[in-house]
Amino acid sequence: MAQTSVKEKNIVGSVAGWFKKTFGPKYWDSMKFSLYCITHPLDGFWDLTHEKRGTYAAANTILFLTVLVRILSLKYTSFIFMQVYWEDINIFLYIASILFPLALFVVGNWATTTLFDGKGRLGQVYIGTCYALTPYPLMQVPLMIISNVITVNERQFYSVLAVLSLVWCGLLIIAAMGQIHEFSGAKNILFLVFSLFAMLVMVFILMLFFSMITQGIGYFYSLYREFMFRA
Amino acid sequence: MKKPVTFTIKRIGALMAAAALGIMSVPMQAHAMEHRSYTYIYDYWGDVQDTPDLYEVFNVFTSAELGLDTRMNNPNGITVAGDKVYICDTGNNRIIVLGTDDQVGLVLLDEFDSIKGAPDNNQLSGPTDLAVSEDGNIFIADKGNNRILKVDPELHYLMEFTLPIDSALPADTIFLPNKVVVDTAERVYCICDGVNKGLLKYEADGTFAGFIGATKAPYDLLDYIWKKFATQEQIDRMPVDVPTEYSNIYMDYEGFIYASVPVADAQALDDLKVDSVRRLNLLGNNILVNNGNWLNCGDIYWGSAGGYSGPSMFSDVTAMENDIYVCLDRNRGRLFGYDDQGRMVFGFGGNGNIDGYFRRPIGIDHIGYDLVVLDSADCSITYFVLSDFGKCIYGAIDEFDAGHYEESAALWQKVLDIDGNYDLAYIGMGRACLRQENYREAMNYFELKYDDDNWSKAFKEYRKEWVQSHLFLTVFVLLLIFLIPLSIEKVRNMRVEVATSDVFRFPDPEDNMTRAEIREYHKKQRQEYREREKAKKEARKLAKLSSNSR
Repeated sequence: MAQTSVKEKNIVGSVAGWFKKTFGPKYWDSMKFSLYCITHPLDGFWDLTHEKRGTYAAANTILFLTVLVRILSLKYTSFIFMQVYWEDINIFLYIASILFPLALFVVGNWATTTLFDGKGRLGQVYIGTCYALTPYPLMQVPLMIISNVITVNERQFYSVLAVLSLVWCGLLIIAAMGQIHEFSGAKNILFLVFSLFAMLVMVFILMLFFSMITQGIGYFYSLYREFMFRA
Repeated sequence: MKKPVTFTIKRIGALMAAAALGIMSVPMQAHAMEHRSYTYIYDYWGDVQDTPDLYEVFNVFTSAELGLDTRMNNPNGITVAGDKVYICDTGNNRIIVLGTDDQVGLVLLDEFDSIKGAPDNNQLSGPTDLAVSEDGNIFIADKGNNRILKVDPELHYLMEFTLPIDSALPADTIFLPNKVVVDTAERVYCICDGVNKGLLKYEADGTFAGFIGATKAPYDLLDYIWKKFATQEQIDRMPVDVPTEYSNIYMDYEGFIYASVPVADAQALDDLKVDSVRRLNLLGNNILVNNGNWLNCGDIYWGSAGGYSGPSMFSDVTAMENDIYVCLDRNRGRLFGYDDQGRMVFGFGGNGNIDGYFRRPIGIDHIGYDLVVLDSADCSITYFVLSDFGKCIYGAIDEFDAGHYEESAALWQKVLDIDGNYDLAYIGMGRACLRQENYREAMNYFELKYDDDNWSKAFKEYRKEWVQSHLFLTVFVLLLIFLIPLSIEKVRNMRVEVATSDVFRFPDPEDNMTRAEIREYHKKQRQEYREREKAKKEARKLAKLSSNSR
């Protein structure tokens, strides 16, 4: 009992307490576990699924934060690093430009690996991918602030860190997929490449599908027009 | 087309949209291709922004209006020297001398088709250009007679420049001097038809001083590899990569030569392998500053529109005393002005028959800030004068150069009141504010038009100022950043001290201990407390581990 009372005296402790009270301790622990995952990828992503340390709620939260940070950076990153042509920005399209490739990757990866004894299930691939995105919001928020207090001469600091955040995410995704599917290194890379191909195939099929639908609707619509015209 | 660029959301956004939702077609920016007003600029994004006219047509002079007996025939050269304008009427083998006039613009002064006292031939034959030195001597590119003539102001023969003996030139080369300029020391530079090694340079005494400023031949790695595998017949059929010849030259008031290049190869221009206009120093190197958002190549959209396609092909260039240079595009009949940083000041004109439009614009020069353009198909001279809007812009630039920043800012503000889409005005306002040490305001202006270099200059000063005025706060925050992590350990230790302090745990008074024993007792207490804490910590760790492995 003495422990909790000491803990709640500082800010982190009180936030943690509020979280636990509101969302339950499992959620807080799984959120906290994302920090362990990004620093100990192999160990972390193994436990994530095999020990059930990750939750959908936490994964969704991380994904939401990623999208949020990406949108905020449009407005709050200094124009030195990001010039936004606001006339062409469609916020839904912009959100989709993150979520759609992610969904394609998750489905594509699961679809290919499940055929070649990958152990991960669709949900686990989703959780793993989302957890691997953690460094992005974590690094982009400070970067966003830093970008506003530096000049073009100090541009390199920002660029290096920005690239680092993406590379970190990329490496985490590779590690996550290997651990979730229990693949060896080479096989893991091979199936990541396969996943990319699967994504392309899905895009192709979707395009085909949508153009067919458009044609179909167009046909019935013209038929309707014709009837109305004659009637 | 665009200079090697930074990361822009416009492109990335479009790419992502295309990649992510391949089904959705990205709408073409059709509005960027067409424009309604006569004068326009390209803004930061490359969108066409209509602007009020900087130049207005004052008058158009045809042969009849000038009172010429014989109609001009394929005139090729226009040169302004002092208050005189020389027109080289190539088809009629004569040179027309015009004077400037406040009322009508240009009046006929003189015309001549021969000189006096030449050793062999006094007649001019197809003169294409002339230049006037500071001493008033006239240098005529007498193309049909394969010579450059130097005559005094009364047209008495002084000397002539002919084909140089040089190993770089084949002996059977025919000397066809096309364009000529002369510097203050009466050194002659000329463009020669069929010679693509650059400008021919002659010393004042007529000796040949070599070629300068050759344009690079555009080369392509793919072509190079392809040629390695191709047979000789195939290579012969391939287009030959020869350096483009200059179309015209102009010597500015500082003695640098502006040279225009009619670029037909859109790909080479896109790859930044060729320049549309160059400014040559004495060594023939290009020293033209190109800091604009877009390349100084005239139009940046080259799609077919109105029957014309391909990049702008500059036929002439002239540079004014405020370092604004104006290029003449013979492809779409337009004039493009750029300032000393290569930023677009204006673009206007077009192909057509009405005033202010051209059929085959061949030469341009300036009288003060006014422009005269020679049209060789129409045989006319169009005289442009600055509009009030143009006067504001030029005035603002002049005031800035003179160091009158407040006046400059006032004029730029006037420009903004007329046209809020004029990019240079924002940057001008910003630069004026920067010079007046009004950094915060300058930053706002630069940010509006995405001028990151100038913004950084202003911000650097602003940041310095801020830190100086908030010195106390800055030091305090910095100290906090370092002290907090250091003090955490201290606080922890203090907590141990408090928990084991004498106030709470005093030895039994009945023990009757000495001071040293009490101290010893406290030490033991502290040690025990630490061990207890340690054990607790370990137990927690174990519990965590076991829960992990479960």
